[in-house]
Amino acid sequence: MGGGFDFDVIERSWVYLFREGMSFTVTLTLLATMGGIVLGTLLALMRLSSYRTLNLIAGTYVNTMRSLPLVLVIFWFFFLVPYIGGWLVGSNQPMKVGAFASALITFTMFEAAFFCEIMRAGIQSIPKDQMAAGYALGLNYRQTMATIILPQAFRNMLPVLLTQTIILFQDTSLVYVISSTDFLGAAVKVANRDHRLVEMYTFAALIYFIICFTASLYVRRLQARISIIR
Amino acid sequence: MNYNWNWGIFFELEPGASGSYLDYLIGGLGWTVVTAVFAWMLALVLGLVVGTLRTTGHKGIERICFAYTELFRNIPLLVQMFLWYFVLPELLPQQLGDAMKAMTPPWGSLVPAVLCLGLFMSVRVAEQVRSGIQSLPRGQQLAGLAVGLTRTQTYRYVLLPMVFRIILPPLTSEFLNTIKNTSLALTIGLMELTARARAMQEFSFQVFEAFAAATVIYLLLNLLVVLAMRKLEQRIRVPGFIGSQQQTVAGH
Repeated sequence: MGGGFDFDVIERSWVYLFREGMSFTVTLTLLATMGGIVLGTLLALMRLSSYRTLNLIAGTYVNTMRSLPLVLVIFWFFFLVPYIGGWLVGSNQPMKVGAFASALITFTMFEAAFFCEIMRAGIQSIPKDQMAAGYALGLNYRQTMATIILPQAFRNMLPVLLTQTIILFQDTSLVYVISSTDFLGAAVKVANRDHRLVEMYTFAALIYFIICFTASLYVRRLQARISIIR
Repeated sequence: MNYNWNWGIFFELEPGASGSYLDYLIGGLGWTVVTAVFAWMLALVLGLVVGTLRTTGHKGIERICFAYTELFRNIPLLVQMFLWYFVLPELLPQQLGDAMKAMTPPWGSLVPAVLCLGLFMSVRVAEQVRSGIQSLPRGQQLAGLAVGLTRTQTYRYVLLPMVFRIILPPLTSEFLNTIKNTSLALTIGLMELTARARAMQEFSFQVFEAFAAATVIYLLLNLLVVLAMRKLEQRIRVPGFIGSQQQTVAGH
């Protein structure tokens, strides 16, 4: 490497990187986390229910998702979603689905399996007596779950849920394989256009590191606080 | 909504004419396994060293190991893959860098992929080793020292043999993660299973057959590893220690 580190390319492109790339990454992370937690909680309830069929469906779904590489799942949904969309609206053509929608569906469905396992552990960490107490007060299953069990489960598992969100944030970089312009995708584009691979990849790594490291420090402090209260 | 299913595609010749599409995918599986096994060996060795060092109580060493852990944990694996493949050869001395770039496929992708995955997974192995050592009763180390073993010997003959037997179940799932993560090597041109499924889809336009096949192969591979490890776990389980008690942690 002759010229040394070229800071100029970063100065030229950082606005683009953050405005186009990082906003994609952050939006995707937040929406997929919310969707994933909702779907994951439903899956966890299914896995813990006494209906064998629900159990089996949720168990199969979660275990399959957990044994497949994310890249393969991204490819699956990238091709599958247009067909399912077309089938849903009853057209003969596969539906046109944008890269963002495709990525959002993929990550929601994929992360739901991981959030499911976290929420399941959370629900199981609440003593069974609380369920019985809820019933004794005359609440039904839905009310007991929604007002007594889930809020506590959620709170106990908050640090793990947040850590999973950090991992999800890192994993969104994989939308690279379907050529989306997330933060890394934007960096790759600039790198290839200006032939500045070293600078752009190092810069991307640095930014990811700063964000994830700060976030994980925060989670660690939160964990310490929660474990004391509990 | 029409899709023309053609399951016979697997027995047709792939464009490279090395064999049928099925052979092509199985070949990909081979590269997946090779990458995963080599990366796993690297991860075990490094993880053992780093994890052990983190329990020695030496401030300076622990700080270095902490930095090592945080570095590999907080950068997305894909970015790390790019760093090893694109950036490292440029930073090395000219000759070495050129030698790395001149490696013929698949070695040019395999070596960076193994190094990248190995170091990435080593952090997670280290974490398991550390918590394994800390989960042992303190008396074990004291007993080792009391019978006249040195610190190193205590680790070598008393603590680590126990730790490996205790942490085998979490290590199994880390190995499964290693297998899954090899698929990221497709971004630097390694033709492993997922990459070949995608290539097959591009050649033949049979999207869902290609990915279904890859899915089935991954599931079978998973099952095989799980069953084999369960056998091993049963044999080397330490009576009295609940080895399979796993904490819920975030991860993939």
